[in-house]
Amino acid sequence: MSGDWQSYVRRIEDLAARSGLKFHPVDFEAVPDSFMMEIAVYGLPVRMPHWSFGVRYIYQLIQRHMGHSRLFEVVFPGNPGHAYLAQSNGLAENILVTAHVLGHADFSRNNLLFRRCQEQVSERIVEHAANHARQISQAIESYGAERVEATLDAALALEQHIDVDQALRRQRYPEYAAEPKALADDAFRKRFAALEPATSSAATELRKRAPVPPHPERDLLWFVAHYAPEMESWERDIFLAVREESFYFYPVFATQIMNEGWASYWHARLLREADFVPQQAYVDAIKCHSDVVRPIAAEAQVALNINPYHLGFAMWENIVAAQGLEAARRIMAEDDDFGFVRNHLTRELAEELGLFRYNARSDGQVRVLENDLDALHEVLLAPKYNFGAPVVSAAHVRNDGTLELTHDSTVDGRGLDLERSRKVLDYLHRVWRRPIVLTTVNQAGSALEVTAP
Amino acid sequence: MDEDSGSRGDQAGAGKWYELFSRGARDWLRHDEKVREAVRANLPEIIAGGDVINDGARTVRVPVKMLEHYHFRLRRPEEQQGAGQGKAKPGDVFADPARDKGPGEKGAGGRDDGGVQLLLEFKVDDIVDWLWEEMQLPNLKARVGPADDSDWIREGWDRRGARSRLDRRRSFKELVKRRAAPGATQTFTDEDLRFRQLARRKQPAVHAVVFFMLDVSGSMSDRDRKLAKTFFFWVVQGLRREYKSLETVFVAHTTEAWEFNEPDFFQVSGSGGTVASAGLLKVREIMDARCNPGRSNIYLFYASDGDNAVSDAAEARAALASIAADTCYTGYVEVSSGVSRQLDTETGKLYAELGAAGGAAGSYALNDFDDVWGAVKHFFRAHNQEGATP
Repeated sequence: MSGDWQSYVRRIEDLAARSGLKFHPVDFEAVPDSFMMEIAVYGLPVRMPHWSFGVRYIYQLIQRHMGHSRLFEVVFPGNPGHAYLAQSNGLAENILVTAHVLGHADFSRNNLLFRRCQEQVSERIVEHAANHARQISQAIESYGAERVEATLDAALALEQHIDVDQALRRQRYPEYAAEPKALADDAFRKRFAALEPATSSAATELRKRAPVPPHPERDLLWFVAHYAPEMESWERDIFLAVREESFYFYPVFATQIMNEGWASYWHARLLREADFVPQQAYVDAIKCHSDVVRPIAAEAQVALNINPYHLGFAMWENIVAAQGLEAARRIMAEDDDFGFVRNHLTRELAEELGLFRYNARSDGQVRVLENDLDALHEVLLAPKYNFGAPVVSAAHVRNDGTLELTHDSTVDGRGLDLERSRKVLDYLHRVWRRPIVLTTVNQAGSALEVTAP
Repeated sequence: MDEDSGSRGDQAGAGKWYELFSRGARDWLRHDEKVREAVRANLPEIIAGGDVINDGARTVRVPVKMLEHYHFRLRRPEEQQGAGQGKAKPGDVFADPARDKGPGEKGAGGRDDGGVQLLLEFKVDDIVDWLWEEMQLPNLKARVGPADDSDWIREGWDRRGARSRLDRRRSFKELVKRRAAPGATQTFTDEDLRFRQLARRKQPAVHAVVFFMLDVSGSMSDRDRKLAKTFFFWVVQGLRREYKSLETVFVAHTTEAWEFNEPDFFQVSGSGGTVASAGLLKVREIMDARCNPGRSNIYLFYASDGDNAVSDAAEARAALASIAADTCYTGYVEVSSGVSRQLDTETGKLYAELGAAGGAAGSYALNDFDDVWGAVKHFFRAHNQEGATP
């Protein structure tokens, strides 16, 4: 009965606004479970076609059939925001989910990272992604499915390789090296010039072309789109479309613990304060809440991964209790997961939650390591560095168009998986159309080259 | 209120697009298509797997891994650090519980080795088509010249004909053409109707009889028989493609010989010694009783471990020579999964002699499932060369 919960939406929105949440209006839509699953697989309600999504779709289907994952809602930031709710949700679940969605809407409107990315990408990512999908189906019509797929193979393989510190629409590098700074026209210069008259070096000096790239470039999608020697314009458009979507996905990725925690904190709090919710629905919703923020599967003693809902929820409760709501809102606005975990996951809380570090050997043996708060922070954050991808940059383009990529193994701590790297270079070679060389390190730490073709 | 009426409107309408179309399913199909392409590219290795053959069915099932869309990834370390939660204190050692779970379940912390296996079903005909394309095997040449046979085929159109053969599309075209003229009748007239015509076409009659002879003596292990079975399966497929009517005869022998039907043939196992001439004489007997060497193309494929009784050599040689005289081709596969003896056996020598004497014969040592495709290739290429120079 999707009709029932909608009568609560307005009242929950009012309650949220009274509690200090500041959010753009949200369009709620109840959709079939099958569509919910697709949104989760694609990350966006309408997105470009690619077979790799088919792979994720199969995994998701399996997960669902095994009863592992249930999706209650998916929310997209923007003005207005879009929230998709599963039609199979009961009344209690929908009340909870509505409050949860408003927590997300508050977060995405106020968190600086979200705001910056939305300023860059626009507040209508859902429509933008649908446009990209349309653009790509047109490309398929004009250039054939195979060529478009090859381009998407390359672009999506590099989807994490963007530089969010750069603007979405960035300028090409300056074509010439910066002019040497004009020297101050002081007494010494005058005397010096007088010594050797009329060489007029400035006039004849050739302007020097800047090397491409002038510095190692991590924004690979952008770099390839703009500097590939023989890329066609529709291929470039596909690269830039993928890049734009990555700019949208980055804040979602980089604030997951905070964001899910914030939404969970608010759904719990709003539910407590919502005296208009019938008793039974309240009890059901609380039960649903505790399932979502449960740290460990019911039958297990320990979990070897951390439920971000649970961690974030516990941290926000802790922060609000210790520092008050004002401080919590400021932290919410200013941090991402890196600052959030490092600054606010305290020793006491980590102990209370029973967080630990472990070493897992490849034979499956797990050994719990000694307590070390800083190390624990870094282990929690390690999968989040650099959008979750190894640090690979474009270092140089040789005169013959050969692209040199380098992997920064000092930052990542070890070398790349060679087989996968070779496959990625194969994808990329189909759009770069010149040789590609990637430098990384082997097991022993000495330099190693992977090449395509 | 707004949302209320909005969503009711949607439900009352024709339905949202996402109820009619699944992008996930579309991309899934594309994935499967890619898998099929990949399977096709590695066909010989895949078909050779002993388990692919579905008894009696016209399809084979091939287990395949899901494809991976590759990204840059760090090399998997010997030891991986992670963060966990629960009742554990420093120094505790335990086994990763995620490892005990079933396939398809991703282990925790990105240790996602357990890829999902798909079971794709392929039509045998498709595979044979691909193989032939891949191998560029020319069509087999029949030893027996074409005899006349005829068949009805479609040929042309006429204004009269049986109602059931009315070609609607064609008739409609005629109507459109005629209507283009000024003052023409707008509706169908009898003149517009076109009927498909049939014609008799003569075709060469190609009929083949293939004898499969399997040594089931005690020395042939289960694995040997399975190797032989896989090989025979693809031989039948290949020949079936060439001959409209293909008759198969299955003979198994130890020191005696019996004829079997196809399902039983592969199940049979015997014990005792090996006397190849017993099998060969049985083949000869069936050939005399049922086949007319002048009218059909006869093939014999013999699978054995080659350990023929030494005392049988003369008899076997004679029987083989007599059969070779009436067959287009006789092939011998030596299945010896244990040691690779490379045809240096009693039976192997018989065939080598036959081949050396100019008979249409060939041998192949089949030691492993990987060799199956090589064997098929060997016989069909060889046979074709023989056929080309009669």
